[in-house]
This record gives sequence, structure tokens and C-alpha cells, in this order.
Amino acid sequence: MFDKTLAELAQGLENGDFSSVELTQAYLDRIAAEDGKYNSFITVTGEQALEQAKAADEARATGNAGAFTGLPIAHKDIFCTEGVRTSCASKMLDNFVSPYNATVVNKFNTAGAVMLGKTNMDEFAMGSSNESSFYGPSKNPWDTDRVPGGSSGGSAAAVAAHLAPAATGTDTGGSIRQPAALCGITGLKPTYGRVSRFGMIAFASSLDQGGPMTRTAEDAAMMLNVMAGFDPNDSTCMQKDVPDYTADLSKPLTGLKIGLPKEFFPDDLNPAVAQQVQAAIKEYEALGATVKEVSLPNTALAIPAYYIIAPSEASSNLSRFDGVRYGYRCENPVDLEDLYKRSRGEGFGPEVKRRIMVGAYALSEGFYDAYYKKAQQIRRLIKQDYVNALNDVDVIMGPTTPHPAFKLGEKTSDPVAMYMEDIFTISLNLAGMPGISIPCGMTEGLPVGLQIIGNYFAEEKLLNVAHQFQVATDWHKKTPQGI
Amino acid sequence: MEWEAVIGLEIHAQLATNSKIFSGASTAFGAEPNTQACAVDLALPGTLPVFNEEALRMAVKFGLAIDANIGRTSVFDRKNYFYPDLPKGYQTSQLFFPIVGEGHVDITLEDGTTKRVGVTRAHLEEDAGKSLHDEFPGMTGIDLNRAGTPLLEIVSEPDMRSAEEAVAYVRKIHSIVTSLGICDGNMAEGSFRCDCNVSVRLKGEEEFGTRTETKNINSFRFIEKAIKGEIERQIDLIEDGGRVVQETRLYDANKNETRSMRSKEEANDYRYFPCPDLLPIVIDEDYIDVIRDNLPELPDARKARFIEEYTLSDYDAMVLSGDHHMATYFETVAKTAKDSKLAANWVMGELSKHLNQNDTTIADSPVSADQLGGLLVRIKDNTISGNIAKKVFEAMWSEGGTADEIIEAKGLKQVTDTGAIEKTVDEVIANCTKQVEQYTSAEPEKRGKMIGFFMGQVMKATGGKANPGAVTGILKKKLDALCD
Repeated sequence: MFDKTLAELAQGLENGDFSSVELTQAYLDRIAAEDGKYNSFITVTGEQALEQAKAADEARATGNAGAFTGLPIAHKDIFCTEGVRTSCASKMLDNFVSPYNATVVNKFNTAGAVMLGKTNMDEFAMGSSNESSFYGPSKNPWDTDRVPGGSSGGSAAAVAAHLAPAATGTDTGGSIRQPAALCGITGLKPTYGRVSRFGMIAFASSLDQGGPMTRTAEDAAMMLNVMAGFDPNDSTCMQKDVPDYTADLSKPLTGLKIGLPKEFFPDDLNPAVAQQVQAAIKEYEALGATVKEVSLPNTALAIPAYYIIAPSEASSNLSRFDGVRYGYRCENPVDLEDLYKRSRGEGFGPEVKRRIMVGAYALSEGFYDAYYKKAQQIRRLIKQDYVNALNDVDVIMGPTTPHPAFKLGEKTSDPVAMYMEDIFTISLNLAGMPGISIPCGMTEGLPVGLQIIGNYFAEEKLLNVAHQFQVATDWHKKTPQGI
Repeated sequence: MEWEAVIGLEIHAQLATNSKIFSGASTAFGAEPNTQACAVDLALPGTLPVFNEEALRMAVKFGLAIDANIGRTSVFDRKNYFYPDLPKGYQTSQLFFPIVGEGHVDITLEDGTTKRVGVTRAHLEEDAGKSLHDEFPGMTGIDLNRAGTPLLEIVSEPDMRSAEEAVAYVRKIHSIVTSLGICDGNMAEGSFRCDCNVSVRLKGEEEFGTRTETKNINSFRFIEKAIKGEIERQIDLIEDGGRVVQETRLYDANKNETRSMRSKEEANDYRYFPCPDLLPIVIDEDYIDVIRDNLPELPDARKARFIEEYTLSDYDAMVLSGDHHMATYFETVAKTAKDSKLAANWVMGELSKHLNQNDTTIADSPVSADQLGGLLVRIKDNTISGNIAKKVFEAMWSEGGTADEIIEAKGLKQVTDTGAIEKTVDEVIANCTKQVEQYTSAEPEKRGKMIGFFMGQVMKATGGKANPGAVTGILKKKLDALCD
């Protein structure tokens, strides 16, 4: 049962092979038994899950079941969930029980989904390894000495370890795609504005985007069908029709034009990763696609620009965590300044503090033009690079990450090395376009991810391209040992 | 040495929208603390702002009323600073691209001349909450009801040269925003607040002196006092060899003085940057045209109309048209009474006196315009005299009710029955033999003045209800008869 995809589980529920309560209980039991190894959940919501499952079974019994009714999923602990702790993996919000649901959570609830719990992540989504979590790192199911990636590492690990058939994630600089690649699952970052950000705790507002983390592209399409759509509570959410993302999955790829940016295949790219990605592209050629080289000349500027814009926005977004109204407050503050300094000093971890400092510095008087404004100019150039490249090709492909999962602790003392993890993913957030990572090979027992990038609102195309690969290959079916 | 003051003002006008600028919570004043603060106002994690377009319409109205450039693209920025009543840790405002650009208003000075004052800009922003220091000993309470109330911050050029000019400018802006219906103008409740930037320089100098900013003064009178006091303080300081320090000062109305709040060195670096949660506001000509076509009458036009339509003096027209509520009130009274001069006298006289004495505004007057109009109708039709009318007004003010109800209940209806008046006159003449003798023995041309005494006696005897015209006639006839 645990190796089934969402689509297969939906069929099983529909056929009456098992009930949602049975399915949910099975997953809850498995989480209780196995998650000690992976630390992929911060909070497991067993009681609520079984209530939702019961309601789903009743809905099915009365003929009111939809495509998602009764399917269990997990939410990244960045999405606000009413009556349930929403921690963002921070000491700052360890005691925060949200009084409201994020729009994404509401949409899943309305669709009849069952929430198993809240998954581990880097603190406030700041990190590429899950090691900045207040609750300790989540572990990579392929090798528990290795990181699952980040920031949505808990969601990736949970799906890879079969502790949930699917989970939500968020992606600000690669936080869905990179852990998906390192854990051997499918992760889609939609176009900025496709999925509501309301109730998704902000890291960098102009870059954050929620998306699905699943075993297959077909499941990602099912998830996106629920998640996508306009939300009057989010001014940056696009008022654009939501297609049925499962409708075009089976379209043949004959004539598909794939662009390979030379900047995504640098000389120092891990040779095994390069080789697996090239093999995947050969597979696409076999499926009828043609390949040409394209260029994204400003790729090298993406990381510096990102590390101005994202921390700048974060420094402002995280100002609300001040110990006044909710969240962590220091003991016995002597005055207001002490309350602020110690609540924030004690409540935030080192990586969050580092980014707040960088952002506050970049925005400060006299530096704004040199840093923030310049970074925004670079952002426009990067966006233009993608627009130009996608004039010639349908999709862009390359590795999701420069190498497979690294060891826990390997990069924690070198923040810049950690930032370089996102070299292939970060520019896409700056451009606002969608990208998907799918498993495309293995090296030394660790999965390798292929990133597929498309134009604004080309999610249907990406899912179709990803699905056709998964029809032709078995990489997405590989399972870590012992699972 | 002759000194000259240079004054620039920042006015914060709360926009009269029903809900907040970025959330659906109510903006009504006076609710229990934190009952009008939703998840967005509390800055709960994950919440996002949604711009209230009504605030945009109101800002554009103001821009058109002061003949300003309207920002075709305006952008919200975040002004970052920590304060307990600022829940997000930043205020959403407009720094780089405000909705209203350069404009101007004309003010009338005491000598009757007109002066043009430049408005640099006006931008939309959100109000903060309130810190309550007195209610909880040793602690500070936070009330976020006001957090997120839309504000239009109106920034003037440093064009004013005296406290009087500054007040005239504030009154003008007040008049415009209330006439447009975009602000209730209630200064006591903080709906209309003013920060005053004041510096002094020797007359003839080009360079500005160092300025201070005095914050949040909540009445016209205090604005004048605070500026006057600050000008004097700065002049005294310089003349004593001192130097003005750039700082923010607070006005203490009880002591009538300003005192230092924080110096420039302690000022925040606000780290402004465009708010990534809100899209730029883009408006087109059609949008502006529709608002322009529907603008209500503005104070200058109204003053001209009052002079024309009601044949008021320039001064009366200025006073009555300046405040939107007063202008509407006056027009209702004038129309009901069908006598604009009488209406003007009563609104500017008796009514204004009562408003001032009770420290209230015309919008909160216990006597409505219809009621006052009704009272004046009874003066006009001789039901009561002007003096009795003042008593009736007093009763209307303190007890409520219409003029007719009070006249009826208190039996104040004027006696026009000449028989009854003649009877009283006869009694007065019979009782005041000494005064009658003085009258009859006086030169005929002096008698006119002496009749006032008898008039008073008759009025006293009738409780003021006798028709003064009828009494005079009868008295004159009867007294003159005694002289022959």
C-alpha cells in the first residue's frame, strides 16, 4: 500500500479496496514506527487526520467524493493550520497555534484531503539541507547520514520514505526542487502567482511559491489541481483559469524542443550527475524531442542577486516576530528594547539571524542603490535571459543540483558553499517561471534530479514532459533500501 | 534683528472608509480594544495585505481638489521600524511613487489677501495601533483597533511664515477633506492630525534655519499655540547664543510648551523598499475623469456661491463655507427659515457660542439644522421674539425637542392680542407714577429713549411674551396721551 501513488490510492478508495480511515491509520502507524529514523514530521495530527478520513469515507458513501477525497497528505510546517502548531521549524513559533488556515490548506480540506501532519523544514525556509530546523535535521531516506535537502526537506523525506504519499512544499530559491532531487521524488515549483501565498509564512514574498512534492508527475498534477487558483487574499496571486493539469499528461512529445543552457553544465559539475542528465536527455530524444543549446548568460549573477533580494525581504517579513503578540518571548524583559533584542536573539537560529542582518544591511540608507536596486536590475536581466531562451525552445533542461545529497554537517560551517547548492534552481525564482525536478538516475546509491523549466504558466507542459519520461523509465519507482 | 519663521506641515487625515486599508476589519472609532483587529491587522504569520480601493478613490479626489498631479503608477513601500503598536514591524506607506504629487491651496490671510501654499505630495499609508500606558500599571497595553486605518499624509511646502498662516492652511485642508467626504475631520479623536516643521531665520536670508518637528497636535488652537511657542523658543535660543537642534518635539497642551522627544541622531533608518506583497497601483485617465466629474462642491466655490446666493458678506461666507458640516448646516437652516441673514447670525452667533462652550463640533450639535430652522421660522412669523428664541434655543440644546414643542410646553408664545397688552400697559402706567411723571415733564424729543423703561416693565410682566412692536406702539400712544 505504501508504494502506491496518489492516483493509485484514489483508485483504491474508489474501488472500495480500503477506506480512507484504514489508509490514514496505516500511514499514521507507519509514521509512528519509522519516522524516528528520518525526523520528517514536526507534528503528527493523528486525531484530526482520522476525523477527516471518517468524513471522507462518509462523503464517498453518500456519493459526494471528488478526485481527492480521502487521500492523505502532509503539509510543510510553513502553511498555517487552524488549531495546529505552525512552527516554521523555529523556536520563535514553537508555541504558535494558528487561528486560521492557509488558503492552500483550506483548498485541500475542501477537496476532502486528510492531513497526516506538518513536515520538517529549514527554519523559516532558510537553508538547503534542513539542518537549520529547531527540531533537528530531517534525514535523507537513501542514506540517513546525508541531508534530504532544503528547505522542504521534511516533505521530501516523508514522501521518499513512504510516510506520506505526497506533501506540500514551498520554493523560494529551490526549496521544492532541490530536496526532491536529493530524495528521488518529483517536485514542482509553479509560476509565481499560480498558488496563493496567504497563510504561507513569508520568507521572501516576491520569490516564495508553494507547490506539490510527490512520487510522480501525475500525482503532482492532481495536487496542483487542488492548490492552484486565484485567491482574493493574495494580491500577487494571478486571476487566471486553472486547467485540469491531468488532462494533457499523455500527449506525445514528438517535436518537443529542448534547450540546454551551457551555463547549467559547467566543467566542475559532478560527472555522474552530468552523465545521468545527458542520458535522460537522450531518452527524450528517443521520445521524439529535439535538443539545442541555449544560453542564460546572467546565471552567475543569480546567487549574488538572490542573496540581496531574499534577505532584504526576509529582514522586513520577520520583523513581526517581536515577542509582543505571539510566539517566543524572552524571560523577564527589563524594558522594551531588551524584550525585542532577547526575544529575537533567543528565538531565531543563526542562519535566520545571518539573513536578517544581511538584508537589513542591504536596505540601509546609503547602501540601497548599490545593493537592493542593483540586485533588482540583475533580476530583470535574468528574467529576460529566460524569456529569450524560451522563444526558441519549449522547455529548458539541466541538472537540478550540482551533485547528489551531501553529508549532514558537511556544509554547515560554510554558508556560501551551502548557498551554491541552489545554483541551478535560484535563477528561476528570480524569473518567476515554473520548474519541475524529477528523478533521472542514480549515482553511488543516491538519486539524481533532472530539472525541466518552462514559460510562465506552462505547468501543463512541464507535467506532460515529466510524465512522459516517467512512462518510459523507472527512476521514479526506485525506493531507498529498507522501505 | 527681525526674525522670520518658516513653517511646513504634515497632515495625517484618516480616510473615511468603512474597512481598513489592507484588511476587511471595521474602522469605526471607540470600540473595545482589539475587537476591530483581524488576523491581518494583528500581523499573524502568513497574512497578506489586500488594498482597499476606496482609499485610492479618496486620495485621487483630494489630489484633484488641490489641482495636483495624480500618480498614474503609485507604489507602496515598507517603512521598517520596531514599535509595539506597529504589529508588522513596518508601516506600509508610499515613499518613492506617491498617489498625489505637487498641488496647491489658496489661503485667505487676516488682511483679506490670498496666499498660495504648495502641497509637495500626499500619499496613502496605514495608521498604527495605540499604546495604552495608564490602564495597566507597570505594563503597556496595545490596542490594534486603529492599526491599518487608511491615512492620507499631506505634506506641504515650507511656504508658511507665521502661526496664523499655518492655521489658515490647516483649516483649508480640513475644509477640503471634509467637503470631499473623505475624512470626518474629528481632531479630538485623531482623525485629522498635524505635525509642524518650524525653523526661524533672519528676515531676508535665503538659507533655512535648522528645523524642529512638533508632532500630533490635535486642535487648531493648539497648532497656533505650539507654533508660536516653538518660534519664540528658537528665537530666544539663538539670541542667547545657542543653536537649534534638529529633533522631534511633543506639544504639551497643559503647559503650552513643546519638549524634546528624540534627536536626529536617535532617528531610525527606515530601510524603505517597495512592498513585495502589493502590486503597483496603475490608474488610467478614465478612472480619474469619472472621479473628477463627480467631485462635490469645494470650499472656494462654495464661498463664492454663498456670497452670491445668500448675499452674505465676504467674512460671513468664509466662516460659513469653511467647514463642510457648518456649510451644510447653514444651508439647511437658511432654506428652512427662508432668511439667510437670520440663519447666518444664528449659526455664527448662538449656535457657535454653544458649540465652543461645550467643546463640541457642529457635526455633534444636539440641535439639528432642521430644528434651528424651525426656531427661526417662529421668529419670522412673530410667534416669539428674538430674546425668547434664545431661551427656546437654550432649552433645545439642553433638553432636546423642537422649537414648537418647547414654545408650547413652556407657554412662550408671543402675545399679539392688543387687548391683553393694553391691560398690562395700563397696569404698568398705574404702578410707575414717578416714571410717568418724568416722562410727561420731559422734552418731547427725549421721551423716545425713556420709553425703554416702560417696555422692560411690560416685558417683565408678560414674561417676555408680548410682541415688542405692539407693546411699543401702545405704550407710546398711552403715554403721549398723558402729556397733553
